[in-house]
Amino acid sequence: MIGRVLFVAVLGLFFLNLFAAMATVVVNSFAQTWFGGWWPSGFTTKWYAYADDQFAMVDVLRFTIIVTLAVAVLACLLGVPAAYALARAQFRGKRLLLALYLVPMLVPPLTYGIPLASQLYRTQLAATLPGVILINLVPALPFVILVMTPFIEQLDPNTEAAARMLGASPLQLFRRVLFPLLMPGILTAALLVVVRTMGMFELTFLISIADTQTLVVALYTALFGAGIRQAQAVDKLAVVYIVTTLTMLVVALRFVSPTQMVFRVREK
Amino acid sequence: MSGRRVLMLSLPATLFLLAAFVYPFLYGVFLSVTPRTGGPLGNYQAFFGDEFQRASIGNTFALALPAAILCVALAVPLAYAMRHGLRGGRVLTALLVVPVTLGPVFIADAMLFYFGPVGWFNRALEALHLAAAPIRVLHTYGAVLLAIMLTAFPFAFLLMLGYVSGIDPALERAAHTLGAGRWQTFRRVLLPLMAPGIATSFALTFVLAFGVFPSAVLLGEPGGSTRVLSIAAFQAAYEKFDFSAGSAIALVMGALQLAVIGLVFALRARLYAGPARGGKG
Repeated sequence: MIGRVLFVAVLGLFFLNLFAAMATVVVNSFAQTWFGGWWPSGFTTKWYAYADDQFAMVDVLRFTIIVTLAVAVLACLLGVPAAYALARAQFRGKRLLLALYLVPMLVPPLTYGIPLASQLYRTQLAATLPGVILINLVPALPFVILVMTPFIEQLDPNTEAAARMLGASPLQLFRRVLFPLLMPGILTAALLVVVRTMGMFELTFLISIADTQTLVVALYTALFGAGIRQAQAVDKLAVVYIVTTLTMLVVALRFVSPTQMVFRVREK
Repeated sequence: MSGRRVLMLSLPATLFLLAAFVYPFLYGVFLSVTPRTGGPLGNYQAFFGDEFQRASIGNTFALALPAAILCVALAVPLAYAMRHGLRGGRVLTALLVVPVTLGPVFIADAMLFYFGPVGWFNRALEALHLAAAPIRVLHTYGAVLLAIMLTAFPFAFLLMLGYVSGIDPALERAAHTLGAGRWQTFRRVLLPLMAPGIATSFALTFVLAFGVFPSAVLLGEPGGSTRVLSIAAFQAAYEKFDFSAGSAIALVMGALQLAVIGLVFALRARLYAGPARGGKG
């Protein structure tokens, strides 16, 4: 009984504070000024117009969406075949390959980020769209492989064997048998990559300047120079960030259970 | 398809990671041992010899270890309580994914006003007579620890939930049938089965916490108690424009993180690793 009470209390306090803090951001973005009362002094939507000039909001938003979608597509294009190879083939050095695929997820992003950024600066790729896509692809690709490999292992290899016995060429095998079976997994992986990349800060931060920032980097930059910008304008940027990210999250949750977002488990 | 051709499928991914991960990593090692001044170990000597720089190691561990331990310590009983499912469990877990999805930068923004001296948190405390004056939360070690836990706790909880769900309830019932009390069942049946999951959750939560960066800058004392390794590395590379020193610090950070994970997984290998399901085989 006391376990239940404690459970509800801990989670309740957690969510109360979390959502109240988030609410502060939303409320502030609609505030005239808010110097310290319980509530702002007045409400306005002017920040949503004003901040557009300051942060080139639409550009940042568009840049962010392009980056996250590109990273998701590329990670799946590279990762799904690799996951298939890991799931189906037996070969020497398989463990080594698996280690190569997993290590990027086990080291801090800065450990490979700083040298990679240095390389990108040297090759003039740093503050560009391809550069940002590239640097975000490094953690995304192992993630797709990690998600897809167990998924493919679960598919019955007899289905593919049967198709081959019936005379299917590899291309036919892929198009008509494998691809439809893989689709749910690929969709899951792609959505998860989009959501993760939205919040990925460190890597993009290392190679961004003003017009190649994703939303999260723009938000940090605004917060870091907090005295210069109006707090309300910063919070408006935060609201755009929340809305975009949570929209992606809600879409993702339609296809994926929340536990799968952090850990690949079989659904009961 | 022959085995060789299937293997070819993994080639693009392998090539990409070799080019974009392994090569920069090795380049980073090379950079770190070719400092501006001093011999090959110049960067490392400078880092470990300077008390201010060296302190970043302690600062990072002082945040990451308690965060990981607390998160897992809270996550285990909560996941255990939810092991048989809970009404609204799916909604709950969906809500828990929100902070880790939004990420530490946004969490920092949310905390900056809410926990400020005139934010809702302090106002509520005063209104409830729980505090006489505003509590100083922001720009402290505590604020950074709190920020880490806001994202790490749900992460650890969801991991543990996955592991706990994998334990066959029949084992628990069998224990009860054989006369074990609830505590006995927990200690001698469930805990050993959960132990590998606890180890993995701890390792992954530690990874999340160890890389703390925006929270430490925005919510902590980036010049003092929350000057973490990522700040040290970043400052070397981007404020002093010394990518060589920055790579060195980043490698120290990577080595420390891998050492901790390695230790945890080595210990984990000595735990029970059999099936968590009942039945034959």
